[in-house]
Amino acid sequence: SITGVCQAIQKLTRVRVVDNSALGNAPYHRPPKCIHVYNKAGVGKVGDKILLAIKGEKKKALIVGHKMPGPTMTPRFDSNNVVLIEDNGNPVGTRIKTPIPYILRRREGEFSKVLAIARNFV
Amino acid sequence: VNSDGKPTKFQPPPKPVIIDKRRPQEERRFLSPEFIPPRGRTNPLKYYMERKDMIQRRKVFNIPEFYVGSILAVTTADPYASDKVNRFVGICIQRGGKGLGATFVLRNVIEGQGVEICYEMYSPRIQAIEVLKLEKRLDDNLMYLRDALPEYSTFDVNMKPVSHLDHEEVPVNKLQVRMKPKPWSKRWERPQFNIKGIKFELPEEKMKAAQKWSKPWLEFDMMREYDTSKIEEKIWKEVSEALRK
Repeated sequence: SITGVCQAIQKLTRVRVVDNSALGNAPYHRPPKCIHVYNKAGVGKVGDKILLAIKGEKKKALIVGHKMPGPTMTPRFDSNNVVLIEDNGNPVGTRIKTPIPYILRRREGEFSKVLAIARNFV
Repeated sequence: VNSDGKPTKFQPPPKPVIIDKRRPQEERRFLSPEFIPPRGRTNPLKYYMERKDMIQRRKVFNIPEFYVGSILAVTTADPYASDKVNRFVGICIQRGGKGLGATFVLRNVIEGQGVEICYEMYSPRIQAIEVLKLEKRLDDNLMYLRDALPEYSTFDVNMKPVSHLDHEEVPVNKLQVRMKPKPWSKRWERPQFNIKGIKFELPEEKMKAAQKWSKPWLEFDMMREYDTSKIEEKIWKEVSEALRK
């Protein structure tokens, strides 16, 4: 991204899809952007679900890392990372190579399928 | 020749440890920067009590000497990790905070993704801090590594610790880092950051234009002076005596 760091992920942030789904990795002339955050505050942190606009379609996604520094001992990533997800919580891709924070394991029930396809943890 | 009659295998002589007896062999003194109290009007009793707690923690858990630019491996207790421990290797890019809230930030690039973790030095969650490579860099703050090429922030997670002698001076790595094309997160060419560890490949006019923001009067400003030599001496004596007991 070109603009400076702001408040984690909110509406209109450009995100980076890190799984190996076809929708996430296909080239398109516009980067995937967040259009809604499923949160009381409009700001999404690690573990929040958002709505993305990719390739002219709407798709839900899960935030797995952002550029904003969080609580100490949690990792801060150099890009806003996101994993595409269906409405029932099933991930679209089959593998996640980028490191995922261990904090996501706290909500093992909701994200068990996403954590199962993740390879590296930080 | 052996008792068997076979020739003995050639044993190379042990490498000589060169100790220069002419120079005085002083143990290198290192006082961690978080012991030095910041300038202010707070009661020194507060810092004394904090130092007591810091010394107490250091007696139980070894926090080694390290500088910004050294490569560390930190293992923390994590309830959400498999094996309950989480090991992270990275280069220290910043040391901040004073007293018990002292922090250091480690940076590494894993699978092409840059990751930074800010650790609290005196947190009970930390199980071990290991210095894999002890060295200094030309700057006190390596935040510009975020805008440098990723090869300068990648470190092998399984790298072996590089040995370093106790009485020698800490080596200074005079590496000049090459940057990604602008825009950067901060305008590192400006004199307020005073960065010496970047190889600026910017045109001359840009470097001259950056000097417009220089404040040459700042180094002569007497109100900003904070001489810590006497405070450091006192605190060094206190800390080393307490740790020796």
